[in-house]
Amino acid sequence: MNAVLTVDGLRKSYGDVVAVDGVDFAVAEGEILGLLGPNGAGKTTALECVEGLLRPDEGRIDIKGLDPQRDRRRIRDLVGVQLQTSALPGTMTVAEAAHFVAAYHDCEPRPDLLERMGLAELRTRKYSELSVGQQRRLALVLAIVHRPVLLFLDEPTAGLDVKSRRELHAIIAELREQGTAIVLATHDMAEAEKLSDRLAIMLAGRIVAEGTPREITATGDGLTKVSVATEGGLLAGADIVLPAAQAPFIDEQYLVCFSTDPGETVKGVLDEVAARGDRLVDLRVERPSLEERFLEVTEVAS
Amino acid sequence: MRGQIQHFAHEFRAGVRNPTQLMLNYLFPLGFYLMMGFVMTGINPEFANTMTPAMAIFVIMVAAVLGLPGPIAEAREAGIYRSFRTIGVPAASVLAMPALTTALHALAMATLVSLASPRFFGAAAPEAWAPFAGIVLLTAFCFVAIGLLIGVVAKDSRAVTLMSQVIFLPSMLLGGLMVPLSLLPESMRTVAALLPTTHAMQAIEGLAFGRETIINPTLAAGALGITGALAVVLAGVLFRWDTRAESGARRPILALLALAPLALVAVLG
Repeated sequence: MNAVLTVDGLRKSYGDVVAVDGVDFAVAEGEILGLLGPNGAGKTTALECVEGLLRPDEGRIDIKGLDPQRDRRRIRDLVGVQLQTSALPGTMTVAEAAHFVAAYHDCEPRPDLLERMGLAELRTRKYSELSVGQQRRLALVLAIVHRPVLLFLDEPTAGLDVKSRRELHAIIAELREQGTAIVLATHDMAEAEKLSDRLAIMLAGRIVAEGTPREITATGDGLTKVSVATEGGLLAGADIVLPAAQAPFIDEQYLVCFSTDPGETVKGVLDEVAARGDRLVDLRVERPSLEERFLEVTEVAS
Repeated sequence: MRGQIQHFAHEFRAGVRNPTQLMLNYLFPLGFYLMMGFVMTGINPEFANTMTPAMAIFVIMVAAVLGLPGPIAEAREAGIYRSFRTIGVPAASVLAMPALTTALHALAMATLVSLASPRFFGAAAPEAWAPFAGIVLLTAFCFVAIGLLIGVVAKDSRAVTLMSQVIFLPSMLLGGLMVPLSLLPESMRTVAALLPTTHAMQAIEGLAFGRETIINPTLAAGALGITGALAVVLAGVLFRWDTRAESGARRPILALLALAPLALVAVLG
């Protein structure tokens, strides 16, 4: 793995309160790490240490061989940051903001990004006159205007409409294709599952689960929901034992069970339907969602 | 360097785009100046003797002490400096750009009132314009540095108002702008000697108008410069990127050190 960011044993306290308690993670080129966790889990503190905004109490942070505290000037052009709450001067226009940030990164402003995020027609509008969603979109444009190799996105789609959210997802996917390493902190499970190559779930300052979205959802109870409806409803009243499944139950017109091996269970269901001379109307196999797994992990860990 | 140029341009524009800054850089000083020119010279003809330096110092003080600190504290509270930090804006630029642009706006107004006062209100013109200009520049440096320091150390924008008024009101009443230092009671002179306006007026009166002064005008000019330099250093040391920052701890009491040169000269001079 060609790591762009490596974090080892990161610790940060505020007085007696331990916000980040020995966190390790790494992000490679072209990889998206989704950082999940309930409010107060330590995600933002961990990110702010990595971004150089906070000084960690312990631990090592390495961004392409540089330290965010010691090598701030060299790192600023490698890293793009979209803060959870960012702000610009109210009198600055959208175009001025693009020029301002590009000038500090010594690159050209990117009118194409303003266009894609629906900000081109707002070029002369002052920051104070933008809606919250427009401000968020501008913050994203400014975070990637210099084509960073490492991008931190903290709740990037909060406050965005559907179209902007979709455009942002497309931009993130493009950046990953171009080799940008991305750390995505979000509460949006669907977004995390869709975009992330790997996920880390933080709780009380620690990472309590880590892996690909499939690995995360497959661990724990890991039961897959199998629901079946038939034309004659002949399964409903029967005393059925399905392979690799817990005892089924009826939910409206569906026979439902939770399976440890959905392939075996489905095969068993089809055999039962055929044996009873019934006809299949609907068969659904649903993996546990990331949201369910997240709640399970956080409940167990807390 | 491109970043600094863009930053300077932004801060300069903000000085006229932001209604509060426009008011304090230009509209309020101009209105007050016109009122003093039309009314005060009629009520007290002696005012014409000090009107030129007094009004030049006044417009600088309003822009620097009332106008500059507010936007600094507000930007810190709103998280603007935090955003700047992620972009890579150096702390030196965060402090220098508003200070430089405020100085430019203030000096533009000071030039206007210095040239207009003798012509339109019969005010005394300096005998020596070069020392006058030099001390006006020093005064701008000193006040802008003090404004910067207030913006940096004030806990929030409400504290800015309080701290600015602690400098502004005594300066207006006792600093030689309205009433010459020589007419103040002895006890009040001690307080007045701690104010930059007193030193600015004494330096201009002595070096640009050739008048007798109570405080040595050269020492007074030096005190303005050293006070400004100390305030700049303290602002740099005490600067915080945001309200949660751990560096540059809030120690507003340290800011009082900036006034030490004025007190020292008051004792010596």
